[in-house]
Amino acid sequence: MANMAQAIRMALHYGEKNLAVKDIFGQDVGAPLGGVFTATQGLENSWNTPLDERGIISMAMGIAMTGERCVAEIQFVDYIFNTIDLLKIAGNTLWCTNGGFPLPMVIMSPVGAGIRGSVYHSHSFDAWASRLPGWKVVMPSNPLDAYGLLLSAIQDPNPVLFLKPKALMRVRGDDLIPGEPEDEKELKAMIDAPIGDRTSWKPRWPKVEGYMVPIGQGKITRAGEQVTLVSYGRHLLLCNQVADELKEEGYSVEVIDLRSIYPYDWQMIKTSVEKTGRVVFVNEDTEVTNFAEHLVYRVVQELFYSLLARPLVVAGKNVPGIGLHPNLEDASVPQKHEIAEAVRSVVAEVP
Amino acid sequence: MAKKAPGKAAAKPLKTAKASSQSLNSLTKLPKALLLQMHDLMVKSRMLEERLIKIYKAGDAYFWIGAPGEEAWGVPIGLQVLKGRGPEYDYLHMHYRATPTLVAMGMPMIDSIRLIMNRSTDPSTGGRNFSNHYSFPEWNVAPVTSPIEVQYGIALGTAHVQKRHKSKGITLVTGGDAGTAEGDFASCLIWSSRKGRELPMLITVQNNKWGISTSFDGQHGETNIADRARAFNIKARSINGNDPIESYLTLQEDMAYIRKTGKPAFIEAHVSRLYGHSSASGANFVSNELCCLNDFETKLLKAGLIKEAAVKELYEKYAQEGFEAQQIVKGEPVPTSESIWDNVYVGSENADWRKF
Repeated sequence: MANMAQAIRMALHYGEKNLAVKDIFGQDVGAPLGGVFTATQGLENSWNTPLDERGIISMAMGIAMTGERCVAEIQFVDYIFNTIDLLKIAGNTLWCTNGGFPLPMVIMSPVGAGIRGSVYHSHSFDAWASRLPGWKVVMPSNPLDAYGLLLSAIQDPNPVLFLKPKALMRVRGDDLIPGEPEDEKELKAMIDAPIGDRTSWKPRWPKVEGYMVPIGQGKITRAGEQVTLVSYGRHLLLCNQVADELKEEGYSVEVIDLRSIYPYDWQMIKTSVEKTGRVVFVNEDTEVTNFAEHLVYRVVQELFYSLLARPLVVAGKNVPGIGLHPNLEDASVPQKHEIAEAVRSVVAEVP
Repeated sequence: MAKKAPGKAAAKPLKTAKASSQSLNSLTKLPKALLLQMHDLMVKSRMLEERLIKIYKAGDAYFWIGAPGEEAWGVPIGLQVLKGRGPEYDYLHMHYRATPTLVAMGMPMIDSIRLIMNRSTDPSTGGRNFSNHYSFPEWNVAPVTSPIEVQYGIALGTAHVQKRHKSKGITLVTGGDAGTAEGDFASCLIWSSRKGRELPMLITVQNNKWGISTSFDGQHGETNIADRARAFNIKARSINGNDPIESYLTLQEDMAYIRKTGKPAFIEAHVSRLYGHSSASGANFVSNELCCLNDFETKLLKAGLIKEAAVKELYEKYAQEGFEAQQIVKGEPVPTSESIWDNVYVGSENADWRKF
C-alpha cells in the first residue's frame, strides 16, 4: 500500500504522462531531494526554484496564462503567507477579465501540526483558503484520495489548492491506487530514491491508471445515526477513531470526510444532519473565523428545525502559533479526547 | 449626423514647444512613413487619454488612471510587438499606463472608453475594473492589476513556456520606478537571469521619477534602476523614453537580441507624467514636465515632414472619435446585478455556495 507521499508522486507521474503536466516546481522539488517529503522524487518535469515563494506562485500564474498545466509547491504552508495577494489575484483573474483568462494551476503545500514542527512548520491554511474566491481547495485524508484529488485538481480549469496534511505523508491507506503493486516493498524498490548518491537512479513507475475523486464530493467513512462528525485531512482519521471507540460505548457516529473545502459537499452534510439532528465539525485551524463556522452558520440557517442540539466546532485554539513542546502543541490543536467529549456532549443535549 | 466634440481647445496641436531634446538628424534613422505613423498614434493615444479624463471629470466615470506623457515609449512597443495568441507570439504584462501600447496595437478607442465607463461591453473586464486595466487574451495582453509590480513575477511564467517552446515570441513586462521597491521586481531579475535558465524577457521600467506623491529621491538610493539589472548580468540600459525614435530603436535592438539569444534584456525609460498619478491627484496638466508629443511634433514640423494643417486635422479627428465613442458608450448596457456570479469559476460553476 502506498503512503501519501508515494501516492502524490504517482499522481504527478500520471499527470506528466497523461494530463500534459509540463512543470512541477518549488523549493527542493527537483533532484536530488525530490521534495522535503519525497513527494516529487523521480519525476521528469520537476525542477528547483529559488527560495522565493512569491516567485513560485507568480511563475505558476504565468504558466497557467498560456494554458499549460503546472503543479507548484510551497514547501510548508507556513511560508505561503507572503503570497496572499498573489493568491487573491490568481483567484480573481478569471472574474476580473470577465472570463478572459482562466488559470488552470495547482498549488500544493503541506499543512497542519502533528510532527512537532514548532511555530513555522505547523500552520493550517484551510480557513484562509476558504476566503479565496475563485480557488478550489482540497485536502485528502488518505493516499487514494490524495491520488484522485490531485488528478482532479490537475484537470480542473481553475486554480486549485491541494493541502497536504504533513502528518499523513508517511501514512498508508486501506485501498490500492489503481495499478499500484500490492507489495509495498516492491513499490518502494520501484519509486523511492535510494539514500546517498542518486545521480544514476531512475524510478520504475508502475502502470498507474486514471482515478479521479471529483472536487466537491465528500465521503461517508463511518455510517451512524446519532451524530454527524465532519472533518478532513489529519483530523478525519481522529474522527474515525473516535467513532470506532464510542461505538463501544453505544454511540452511533456518522463521519463525513469532506475532502473538498471549496466547493464543499453540502448535500452530504445536509442529508446526514437531517438524519442525525446533531453535528460536530472538526479541524485544526484556529477557531476564530474558522471555516467550520461557515458550515455551522449554514446548518443553523437551513437545518434549524432538524437540529436536536447546538452544532459544535472543535478547532485549534486561537493562539499565534503551535509551540514546540508537546504540551503546547497538544493544547493548541484538537485531540482525540476533545472530539470524543464534544460528541458525547452533543448527544447528551436534550432539545 | 455626429455632434462636434466640445472643448475644441484640447483638440488643438500643442503649441508650447520647449527646446527639443532631440536633434533633427535623428529623424533620418527611421522611415518617414514610420515617423508619421508614430506621431499619428501618439496623438490618438493622447486624445484618448484626455477623453478619459474628461469622462471622469464629467462624472461619467468613478476613477481615472492612465499614461498621458508616455506615448513616445508606449507607441513604439505596440508597433513592434509580435501580436497574436499563444506562446508563439509576444506576451505583454503591463501596468496601468499601457494605453499608448494598446492604441498602437490596434485597440479601438471605444474599448478603452467602455472600460472607464464600466459597461458590460468592455472587452477587458466587463465593467468590473478601473480605466487602463486592460486584458486582451487574443493579443496575449495579460490582465493589468491594481497591485503594482506583480506583473514582473507573473511574466516569468509566460517567458518560461516560450523558452520551452523555443518560440520566436518573447515576454515583455512594464512597470513604474516606484514599484521596483516591491519584491516581485527582484524576483523577476533573479529568475530570468539564472545561468542556463535565462528567460526570453524584455524587462522594462518607466521611470517618471514619481511614486504617486513621493519623488524618486525619496525612494531610491541607486543612480539608475538599470544598474540593478546589470548586477544580474542582464543587458541593461537607461534611455530617454520621451524620444520615440530612441525608444523605437532601442526596443527594436533589444527585442531582436532576446529573440536571437533567448536571454533577458532590460530598459529603463525616462518618461514624463503629464497629468499626475490619477484622478486621485486631480488629473490636471502638469506644465513643468517635458511633453514628448509636443517635442516630437515640433521636430517633425521643423523638418517639413508634416504640415500644421495636417497636425490640426489629426487632433480634431481623434478628439471627435473619442467624443463620438463616449456618446455611443453612454447608451450601452451596464453589468447586471446577477452577473456578479459569472466567471468566478470557469463555466460559472459553484460560484454561489447557497446553490451547492
